Amino acid sequence: MFKFFLVKLAQLVPTFIGVTIVAFAFIRLLPGDPILLMAGERGISAERYAQLESQMGFDRSLVVQYLDFLKGLLHGDLGNSLVTHAPVMDEFMSRFPATLELSLFALAFAVIIGLPAGVLAAVKRGKTLDHTIMGVSLTGYSMPIFWWGLLLIMLFSSTLGWTPVSGRISYMYFIEPVTGFMTIDSLIAGDWGAFLSSLHYLILPSIVLGTIPLAVIARQTRSSMLEVLGEDYVRTARAKGLSNFRVIMVHTLRNALISVVTVIGLQVGLLLAGAILTETIFSWPGIGKWMIDAISRRDYPSVQGGLVLIAFIVMIVNLLVDLAYGVINPRIRH
Amino acid sequence: MALLDIEGLSVRFKTSSGLFAAVEGVDINVDRGEVWSIVGESGSGKSVSMLATMGLLPWTAQVTADKMTFDGQDLQQLSSRQRRRIVGGEMSMIFQEPMSSLNPCFTVGTQIDEMIKQHLGGSRKERHERALDLLAQVGIPDPARRIKAYPHQLSGGMSQRVMIAMAISCNPRLLIADEPTTALDVTIQAQILELLLRLQEDTGMALILITHDMGVVAETAKHVVVQYAGRQVEKQDVKSLFANPRHPYTEALLSALPERAGNQARLPTIPGVVPGQHDRPSGCLFNPRCQYATEHCREVEPVPAADDPARTLCHYPLEDGISPSPAAAGAARDNPQSSPHREVRP
Amino acid sequence: MSTISTPAAPGSFRYQLASFWSDFSASRGALVGLIFIVFILLVALFAPWVAPHDPAMQDRAALLVPPVWHAEGSWNYVLGTDAVGRDILSRLIYGARYSLSISAMVVVISMGVGIFLGLLAGYFRGWIETVITRVMDVVLAFPSLLLALGLVAILSPGLTSAMIAIALVQLPYFVRLTRAAVIGEKNREYVIASRLSGAGHLRLMFNTLLPNCMAPLIVQATLSFSTAILDIAALGFLGMGVQPPTPEWGAMLANAREFMGSAYWAVTFPGLIILLTVLMINLMGDGLRDALDPKMKRS
Repeated sequence: MFKFFLVKLAQLVPTFIGVTIVAFAFIRLLPGDPILLMAGERGISAERYAQLESQMGFDRSLVVQYLDFLKGLLHGDLGNSLVTHAPVMDEFMSRFPATLELSLFALAFAVIIGLPAGVLAAVKRGKTLDHTIMGVSLTGYSMPIFWWGLLLIMLFSSTLGWTPVSGRISYMYFIEPVTGFMTIDSLIAGDWGAFLSSLHYLILPSIVLGTIPLAVIARQTRSSMLEVLGEDYVRTARAKGLSNFRVIMVHTLRNALISVVTVIGLQVGLLLAGAILTETIFSWPGIGKWMIDAISRRDYPSVQGGLVLIAFIVMIVNLLVDLAYGVINPRIRH
Repeated sequence: MALLDIEGLSVRFKTSSGLFAAVEGVDINVDRGEVWSIVGESGSGKSVSMLATMGLLPWTAQVTADKMTFDGQDLQQLSSRQRRRIVGGEMSMIFQEPMSSLNPCFTVGTQIDEMIKQHLGGSRKERHERALDLLAQVGIPDPARRIKAYPHQLSGGMSQRVMIAMAISCNPRLLIADEPTTALDVTIQAQILELLLRLQEDTGMALILITHDMGVVAETAKHVVVQYAGRQVEKQDVKSLFANPRHPYTEALLSALPERAGNQARLPTIPGVVPGQHDRPSGCLFNPRCQYATEHCREVEPVPAADDPARTLCHYPLEDGISPSPAAAGAARDNPQSSPHREVRP
Repeated sequence: MSTISTPAAPGSFRYQLASFWSDFSASRGALVGLIFIVFILLVALFAPWVAPHDPAMQDRAALLVPPVWHAEGSWNYVLGTDAVGRDILSRLIYGARYSLSISAMVVVISMGVGIFLGLLAGYFRGWIETVITRVMDVVLAFPSLLLALGLVAILSPGLTSAMIAIALVQLPYFVRLTRAAVIGEKNREYVIASRLSGAGHLRLMFNTLLPNCMAPLIVQATLSFSTAILDIAALGFLGMGVQPPTPEWGAMLANAREFMGSAYWAVTFPGLIILLTVLMINLMGDGLRDALDPKMKRS
């Protein structure tokens, strides 16, 4: 098992280097002079130009620049934002918990609904319930989530007034950030009102962000379940006189989960991409909104740092998924 | 009263092109402690009829029978809960592919334990000891270690032993073995058969052995059912079957045995294959492959004669190895193998 | 689709096409999807004749007019107008041109390049394969929309850069599928026979191997097509894709966002048409997959 982990880790190294090269090349790929581009229409003084040039190391050779970039990266130094002048790493880390919290809630929503729906569809194969579940999940799978978010806001916030429109928590509360998770921090502060408020603010964004993963999980669960239901060992389980419930929930689902877990892991990249749209719609102060703002403000060091860090997160999650796969699949564990 | 009493069993599958009768008109009546064998080529519906008895067919299957009782209980009338008490507990089954018949996600011990817990109960410790006993009983070395093994760590022969241990774990009165040795190495095959027969003798359970191998039948069974294309064509005790096969198909199966072929250079074969769903002939289903077939056989479906204890599904059942069919005279000239055999193996 | 033919398969091409069609049309969803796609293609093609108004025409007398079924609505503007008095229906009809043509270009580019790279990787193996698969791994390490956004930021927002960015993001799927299919087919008898009879590398790659790897690629192409429509709209919505006043569906949504509370129609219809189009393409894709390759699964 440990060897399996090391092999997977070693396989990540080339991808890691590739990601850093892409991110490094990002600013150098800008057509024309990157500093002038960053300055935009306002123009720039010669003094400031020289300062920026040496600050970003554009006056040295590309190889030296790359090694510098790599060295900084390994020390957690991604340069400073052109807008706020704060370190990109700090800017990122202060916003990441918001995105992580939202993504976890969205994933929980997707799994809690998608998994049972997929199992139900497989068990009721060919029946109306199966067709309904599959129809709904294909619709969810095809959903433009930015529109879905607007639609839900129009219905639940504007018309019915059930849910808040934007932000993470009601302005009535101020919670000292400890973990950066609004739900956990409000519990730490012992403020139940704040906790409920943060949950209230999470509902719509989680549903919107979780819609596509939900559909993917439901579809994958159904097809894995159908595949496993045809296996000899499921027949053996029935031949043992076990209840239908036990045959499905223990013998079939346990094996179907192996491929479902892989698919759930693959949703993380999708969640981070979806977070860009969801956070924009709900003014959620996470990294998705931060990236969009950085792009529109031509804050290239922030964009570059964000690209690298997000790619790392995706790679690490994929590694964890491989590990989880090893844990639930005895053929790899032993 | 027979332990398992089945009359007129039919299984039909719903397919895109209508109903397909995979099994039709199968009778079997197994008494306590008897060893039966169901013989036929692949596609003859032997597994399907036993899976139907166990209630293991998918929902696309329609199972009907004039009579289907186990120990006097009507299997067709039982609720699914009552039926599950019999299945696995009193009537259990092992399968052709031992490697894929065990759940890859659970240890051997867990899978045996689950069965004991379902039907016998008992404390965790008692169940664990019973599982160890069972593994020793089926000849698995070092049971204390093997009980923690996952199926992928076992060989095919070992897996089949585990399956057998699991199947006999609740002292069943009937064990159905569906081609238990087909997927195994030749040397292992004999060991597994021996094990099954020993367990049968020790426990006094009845055993139904599904096979396509007449050699296995000769070595194991007391009673034989021969199936062809889903129809039961003959049912006899093993001695008279080998001495006097009544159906031309049985005769042909017997002549394909190496022991019977004598010193011929080539083993005789039965030309053609079992008809499938779409190529069923009219009349007798065996007629395209039967050396005695006549125009009558090609047009009219045979029914067993009322006074025939073997219930032979043939217009011209063989008498002492000689076919009364008008076509027999010519066939006998062409093929010396149609001459009767005197040698009786069992 | 004249490429779906296997030398080993029985029967003529016509026979295969017929059997493909009978499998495909067995699924009602797939047929509905196909009919809808054909319909919307025709509408896009004949937009100038079908659309009731010029999509750029601003009727100052009719700002935010509701759809026809409202009391204040009129048959002149069936789906209502937007904040500057443009006819929403006409803009949706013209918008179909952008969405469909950009997405089609995305599929053509990424499928073409992807097949080429996948063939190289699967056919030559060795270091070529290593380099190509590693680069694709790197592309896959970035969330697709984020990478597309980053690229658009470099290339400056607009139609062409959106197209290139999304094509690049789709590329790895085609490369992986082609490579896997080529590796699977490479040692089959018919390929060896072709090589022994003196076929060159190019001929082997494109004439012998490629046609036999097409089934999964066609399915992937429909999937990419629907993803491309979604991504184009997302970029447009974020202001990084097709720029206003072009009547692109995503950009229309972004414009209408601020009138969400007062003019639901301006938000609802562009999104609905995106959803419907993507859903219908996916329905068709499911049918294609079942008809072409029952083993292939899509999650």
